[in-house]
Amino acid sequence: MTTKSTAAERPRAAAEPGTLVLLCLAAWAIPGAGHLWRGRRQKGLVFLLALPAMFLVGLLLHGRIFPLELSEPLVGLAALANVCAGGPWMIARLLGAGGGIVTAATYEYGNCFLIVSGLLNFLVILDAFDIGMGRK
Amino acid sequence: MTSHFLWLVLFSFFVSLVFAVLLRDEPRQQLRTGAMMFGGFVAAALVLGWLMFPFPL
Repeated sequence: MTTKSTAAERPRAAAEPGTLVLLCLAAWAIPGAGHLWRGRRQKGLVFLLALPAMFLVGLLLHGRIFPLELSEPLVGLAALANVCAGGPWMIARLLGAGGGIVTAATYEYGNCFLIVSGLLNFLVILDAFDIGMGRK
Repeated sequence: MTSHFLWLVLFSFFVSLVFAVLLRDEPRQQLRTGAMMFGGFVAAALVLGWLMFPFPL
Protein backbone atom coordinates (compact mmCIF):
# COMPACT_ATOMS: atom_id res chain seq x y z
CA MET A 1 0.00 0.00 0.00
CA THR A 2 1.37 3.39 -0.98
CA THR A 3 0.75 6.67 0.79
CA LYS A 4 0.44 9.99 -0.99
CA SER A 5 2.64 12.85 0.08
CA THR A 6 2.81 16.42 -1.07
CA ALA A 7 5.99 18.08 -2.34
CA ALA A 8 6.24 20.09 0.87
CA GLU A 9 6.15 16.91 3.01
CA ARG A 10 8.87 15.07 1.16
CA PRO A 11 12.41 15.70 2.39
CA ARG A 12 14.53 17.24 -0.35
CA ALA A 13 18.16 16.59 -1.13
CA ALA A 14 20.67 18.40 1.08
CA ALA A 15 21.79 21.76 -0.24
CA GLU A 16 25.44 22.57 -0.98
CA PRO A 17 27.45 23.89 2.01
CA GLY A 18 27.71 27.35 0.44
CA THR A 19 23.97 27.43 -0.17
CA LEU A 20 23.37 26.32 3.42
CA VAL A 21 25.44 29.23 4.73
CA LEU A 22 23.51 31.64 2.51
CA LEU A 23 20.25 30.06 3.65
CA CYS A 24 21.13 30.58 7.31
CA LEU A 25 22.31 34.15 6.68
CA ALA A 26 19.09 34.94 4.82
CA ALA A 27 17.05 33.33 7.61
CA TRP A 28 18.91 35.49 10.13
CA ALA A 29 18.67 38.75 8.18
CA ILE A 30 14.99 38.36 7.30
CA PRO A 31 12.99 36.16 9.70
CA GLY A 32 11.26 33.42 7.69
CA ALA A 33 13.35 33.98 4.55
CA GLY A 34 14.97 30.54 4.89
CA HIS A 35 11.59 28.84 4.89
CA LEU A 36 10.34 30.94 1.97
CA TRP A 37 13.52 30.06 0.03
CA ARG A 38 12.91 26.33 0.56
CA GLY A 39 9.26 26.57 -0.47
CA ARG A 40 7.66 26.53 2.99
CA ARG A 41 5.52 29.56 2.17
CA GLN A 42 3.00 29.34 5.01
CA LYS A 43 5.63 28.94 7.71
CA GLY A 44 7.86 31.60 6.20
CA LEU A 45 5.07 34.18 6.04
CA VAL A 46 4.04 33.55 9.65
CA PHE A 47 7.65 34.00 10.84
CA LEU A 48 8.09 37.05 8.59
CA LEU A 49 5.11 38.75 10.21
CA ALA A 50 5.21 37.48 13.80
CA LEU A 51 8.88 37.88 14.73
CA PRO A 52 9.42 41.49 13.56
CA ALA A 53 6.03 42.38 15.11
CA MET A 54 7.18 40.91 18.40
CA PHE A 55 10.43 42.88 18.18
CA LEU A 56 8.51 46.08 17.40
CA VAL A 57 6.21 45.56 20.40
CA GLY A 58 9.33 45.18 22.55
CA LEU A 59 10.62 48.54 21.30
CA LEU A 60 7.24 50.20 21.83
CA LEU A 61 7.24 48.92 25.41
CA HIS A 62 10.52 50.81 25.99
CA GLY A 63 12.63 47.66 26.04
CA ARG A 64 16.39 47.90 25.69
CA ILE A 65 18.68 46.47 23.02
CA PHE A 66 21.56 45.36 25.19
CA PRO A 67 25.20 46.16 24.36
CA LEU A 68 27.58 43.24 23.88
CA GLU A 69 29.39 43.42 27.22
CA LEU A 70 31.23 40.25 28.08
CA SER A 71 32.18 41.57 31.53
CA GLU A 72 28.52 41.21 32.51
CA PRO A 73 27.46 37.70 31.46
CA LEU A 74 23.69 38.22 31.67
CA VAL A 75 23.86 41.45 29.67
CA GLY A 76 26.09 39.69 27.12
CA LEU A 77 23.63 36.81 26.77
CA ALA A 78 20.71 39.21 26.37
CA ALA A 79 22.73 41.07 23.71
CA LEU A 80 23.36 37.80 21.85
CA ALA A 81 19.63 37.04 21.95
CA ASN A 82 18.96 40.53 20.56
CA VAL A 83 21.44 39.98 17.72
CA CYS A 84 19.65 36.75 16.77
CA ALA A 85 16.60 38.85 15.79
CA GLY A 86 18.55 39.76 12.62
CA GLY A 87 17.05 42.39 10.34
CA PRO A 88 14.80 44.06 12.93
CA TRP A 89 17.81 44.34 15.27
CA MET A 90 19.95 45.90 12.52
CA ILE A 91 17.24 48.41 11.58
CA ALA A 92 16.65 49.34 15.23
CA ARG A 93 20.39 49.86 15.77
CA LEU A 94 20.68 52.00 12.63
CA LEU A 95 17.74 54.14 13.74
CA GLY A 96 19.14 54.49 17.24
CA ALA A 97 16.09 52.80 18.78
CA GLY A 98 16.16 50.44 21.73
CA GLY A 99 17.69 52.75 24.30
CA GLY A 100 15.22 51.51 26.87
CA ILE A 101 13.56 53.50 29.65
CA VAL A 102 14.34 51.78 32.93
CA THR A 103 11.69 53.73 34.83
CA ALA A 104 8.89 52.74 32.42
CA ALA A 105 6.37 50.26 33.86
CA THR A 106 6.69 48.15 30.72
CA TYR A 107 10.52 48.11 30.58
CA GLU A 108 10.88 44.45 31.62
CA TYR A 109 8.06 43.40 29.32
CA GLY A 110 9.80 45.18 26.46
CA ASN A 111 13.06 43.37 27.23
CA CYS A 112 11.19 40.08 27.34
CA PHE A 113 9.62 40.66 23.90
CA LEU A 114 12.97 41.75 22.39
CA ILE A 115 14.96 38.84 23.82
CA VAL A 116 12.38 36.15 23.06
CA SER A 117 11.86 37.34 19.48
CA GLY A 118 15.61 36.88 18.95
CA LEU A 119 15.64 33.44 20.54
CA LEU A 120 12.62 32.34 18.50
CA ASN A 121 14.34 33.56 15.33
CA PHE A 122 17.35 31.44 16.31
CA LEU A 123 15.06 28.37 16.45
CA VAL A 124 13.62 29.36 13.07
CA ILE A 125 17.17 29.57 11.63
CA LEU A 126 17.94 26.08 12.98
CA ASP A 127 14.71 24.76 11.43
CA ALA A 128 15.64 26.35 8.09
CA PHE A 129 19.07 24.69 8.39
CA ASP A 130 17.41 21.29 8.98
CA ILE A 131 15.20 21.83 5.94
CA GLY A 132 18.27 22.79 3.91
CA MET A 133 20.01 19.61 5.06
CA GLY A 134 17.04 17.59 3.82
CA ARG A 135 16.15 16.33 7.29
CA LYS A 136 12.60 17.71 7.11
CA MET B 1 -0.34 50.70 27.96
CA THR B 2 0.23 49.45 31.50
CA SER B 3 -2.11 46.44 31.50
CA HIS B 4 0.20 43.61 32.50
CA PHE B 5 -2.41 41.05 31.54
CA LEU B 6 -2.66 42.43 28.00
CA TRP B 7 1.10 42.12 27.50
CA LEU B 8 1.02 38.62 28.96
CA VAL B 9 -1.72 37.60 26.52
CA LEU B 10 0.10 39.22 23.57
CA PHE B 11 3.39 37.55 24.51
CA SER B 12 1.65 34.17 24.87
CA PHE B 13 -0.01 34.66 21.48
CA PHE B 14 3.26 35.34 19.65
CA VAL B 15 5.20 32.53 21.31
CA SER B 16 2.37 30.00 20.79
CA LEU B 17 2.00 31.05 17.15
CA VAL B 18 5.70 30.64 16.33
CA PHE B 19 6.08 27.35 18.22
CA ALA B 20 2.92 25.85 16.71
CA VAL B 21 3.99 26.75 13.17
CA LEU B 22 7.54 25.57 13.84
CA LEU B 23 6.57 22.21 15.35
CA ARG B 24 3.58 21.16 13.23
CA ASP B 25 3.12 20.96 9.47
CA GLU B 26 -0.65 20.64 9.05
CA PRO B 27 -2.72 23.82 9.60
CA ARG B 28 -5.23 21.89 11.72
CA GLN B 29 -2.51 20.54 13.98
CA GLN B 30 -0.91 23.98 14.14
CA LEU B 31 -4.19 25.51 15.29
CA ARG B 32 -4.71 22.82 17.90
CA THR B 33 -1.15 22.99 19.26
CA GLY B 34 -1.15 26.79 19.24
CA ALA B 35 -4.49 27.00 21.06
CA MET B 36 -3.37 24.49 23.69
CA MET B 37 -0.07 26.27 24.20
CA PHE B 38 -1.72 29.68 24.41
CA GLY B 39 -4.31 28.43 26.92
CA GLY B 40 -1.54 26.78 28.93
CA PHE B 41 0.52 29.97 29.06
CA VAL B 42 -2.38 32.16 30.21
CA ALA B 43 -3.78 29.60 32.67
CA ALA B 44 -0.34 28.90 34.18
CA ALA B 45 0.32 32.63 34.61
CA LEU B 46 -3.02 33.15 36.35
CA VAL B 47 -2.59 30.13 38.63
CA LEU B 48 0.99 31.07 39.54
CA GLY B 49 -0.11 34.65 40.11
CA TRP B 50 -2.76 33.54 42.59
CA LEU B 51 -0.37 31.10 44.30
CA MET B 52 2.17 33.90 44.78
CA PHE B 53 -0.45 36.32 46.05
CA PRO B 54 0.11 35.61 49.80
CA PHE B 55 3.87 36.14 49.55
CA PRO B 56 4.98 39.71 50.23
CA LEU B 57 7.68 41.23 48.03
